[in-house]
Amino acid sequence: MQFGLNESQEILKQNARQFFAGECPMTHVRRLAESKQPYDPALWSKMAAQGYMGIIFPEKYDGLGLGKVELILLMEEAGCALVPGPFWSTVALAGAVIDAVANVAQKTRYLAPICRGEARSTLALLEGGATWDLADSKLAASNGRLTGEKLFVLNADVADFILVAEQTGVFLVEAQAPGLSITPMPALDLTRNLYAVQFQDTPVEKLGDGTNLTRALNIATAALVAEMVGGMQRVLDLTVDYAKMRKQFGKAIGTFQAVQHQCADMYLETESSRSAAYYAAWALEHDAPDAATATSIAKMYASDACRAVGNRGIQIHGGNGFAWENDLHLYYRRAKASETMLGDATFHRERIARLVIDAVPASFGGNDRSLR
Amino acid sequence: MDLNLTSEEMRFRDELRSWLTANVPADWAERREESLESRFEYLRAWQRRLFEGGWAGVSWPKRYGGRGANLMQQVIFWQEMALASAPPMANTLGLGLIGPTIIAFGTEAQKTRYLAKILSAEEIWCQGFSEPNAGSDLASLQTEARVDGDFYVVNGLKTWNSYGWVADWCELVVRTDPNVPKHKGLTVLLVDMKSPGIGVRPLRQITGESEFAEVAFRDVRVPIENVVGNVNQGWDVAIGTLMHERGTFGAGLQITFRRNMERLIELARELRRNGKSSAQDPLIRQKLAQCYAEIEIMRWNQMRAFSRINATGVPGPEGSIQKIFWSELNQRLQEVAQELLGPYGQLEGISTHSVDKGTWAYGYLRSRGNTIEAGTSEIQRNIIGHFVLGLPRSY
Repeated sequence: MQFGLNESQEILKQNARQFFAGECPMTHVRRLAESKQPYDPALWSKMAAQGYMGIIFPEKYDGLGLGKVELILLMEEAGCALVPGPFWSTVALAGAVIDAVANVAQKTRYLAPICRGEARSTLALLEGGATWDLADSKLAASNGRLTGEKLFVLNADVADFILVAEQTGVFLVEAQAPGLSITPMPALDLTRNLYAVQFQDTPVEKLGDGTNLTRALNIATAALVAEMVGGMQRVLDLTVDYAKMRKQFGKAIGTFQAVQHQCADMYLETESSRSAAYYAAWALEHDAPDAATATSIAKMYASDACRAVGNRGIQIHGGNGFAWENDLHLYYRRAKASETMLGDATFHRERIARLVIDAVPASFGGNDRSLR
Repeated sequence: MDLNLTSEEMRFRDELRSWLTANVPADWAERREESLESRFEYLRAWQRRLFEGGWAGVSWPKRYGGRGANLMQQVIFWQEMALASAPPMANTLGLGLIGPTIIAFGTEAQKTRYLAKILSAEEIWCQGFSEPNAGSDLASLQTEARVDGDFYVVNGLKTWNSYGWVADWCELVVRTDPNVPKHKGLTVLLVDMKSPGIGVRPLRQITGESEFAEVAFRDVRVPIENVVGNVNQGWDVAIGTLMHERGTFGAGLQITFRRNMERLIELARELRRNGKSSAQDPLIRQKLAQCYAEIEIMRWNQMRAFSRINATGVPGPEGSIQKIFWSELNQRLQEVAQELLGPYGQLEGISTHSVDKGTWAYGYLRSRGNTIEAGTSEIQRNIIGHFVLGLPRSY
């Protein structure tokens, strides 16, 4: 039993950190964020050349064939660098869904171009009711056609194809399909855009039924948590640096316990979120019986933690933290969007309750399957 | 990263599991009503049995009576003890704190003399750290030790000694040089609690029982070979002990919390609220799920920390997050238990209407001490601020 990274995992994480520091510095993130179209094809190609787009997908679809833990490490570094654009929605969301539900021919047609960096995608899940429970979906495809509207779809305008989840399964819509229209939903996160997607008798291709969708969404959720952890780590680092440098009353403000203790809480929240993200990734990789519970625990905890860390970070920065020029608000905005995405803490607490209170007898997870 | 057990760990677990199946006494749960003393003797006998089976010091060196296994096997040991509903061991501080300190800082003679008797519970240990005027500012302690021939002569007053009422030995921090900065004049002594001049007075606590004691030292003579580590470098030894306390001591607690959580879920199913089962009440569900999640995160944080200690050999200051996490979590858990139980939560064990023999009323009060004992939450946050994050010292 070893809950630490092995050497190749350490190398992957460090390489990703260096790659993003070099290719996606904050100046670049800020420029993209302020451009209203936070997608950079050049950065995308470089990330694809690193193999990042196919990190968890099989080699026969031009992926790297690595595991969920490796995905989580990469997402953590992407979150730390606040990588803008459709990376998460393409790889961890749409890619994971195609991998889970589609057939071999469809994977060759759609997953392989994602792995090669030639295609971007996303998943349309929410409707007007804005509930994450797919049972509440009202849309239904019939005879290969779809009419209706999906909301809060990430990065839809740069997607080459959009996946649509509805009650009977998962469908794929080509970006050029007739009857498809995409309207911006301007929102807090400047690094990833949301869209309303309308379908008017739009032709769709069925990828599969919803059987394996939950599993794919768990992978997407764990990856999102890892990204949140990276963001929290960056906010913590920026804040600690600031507390050491900023002087008031003739001393660095980090000397004061009122400031120190908030930094300590940020550290506790960040590290605990990280433990949860890593455990969830491992549990998903090994199909552990507590994988779904672990994923919800991670998203629940990180959703509250990333908001708390952001609040403390800005508070300690004082007026500087409230200024547009400071990078903190870019993380703060992303944190709020990610908190909501795929269910906030309240949503996941209820999911945990269903898994552990409604199941009789209540049982805890464990790393040793024979314990259960 | 591999959370599966290795084949060696699997063998260890299977062997332990079958031993526990054959040896765990069934009547521990029924002894809640007995006196602290009688329960302690029960646990002492149980620890003796574990020692004789070779399980008392899983990660301690073989030549001192341990099993010579690694920390991961120690973690498996705690898990299996919990799964088997085994009683805890009696010599809590000796096993968790003082033994590891002697292993790290002690002389060969000290290791040979003390360690096996810690494991067998033949000698029970307490810690003499806090004083009436030295709590969070531990280094300001006043208990003094003067050299007189081959002895130290100790005078002073220690307080909040866990197990002070039953201890045979004490890991005592004393001032050996009053003329240097406070951290630099301290020394750690191993003191026989039967020495003339020691007076033990039980401290009655918020729960009504007396887990702790005040220990007075009047001209107590301690042989100089009982110094642990170097003279006037006792601060390093004390910090070593405290890091064990913060970093690894919480491992057994996770199990207790798990049990409490499982019981709370059962109770939620039985109790009614707003015309339906409390387990169906949306707010209760939210709170139970939050506690459940935090208990799991506590376990994952610990697994990460243990893996790090297993690789580096020593617990680090990041153990302070474990201490904050478990202590604040237990308080929240006990508050949720009170809310769930409503008026029943306050009933003591002697009430014929009490739930779980008053465990929850007791737990509510006892958990109040968690954020104070073993270093307050405020001190833990100072440690994280200064030693982990590198912020300037605040005091």
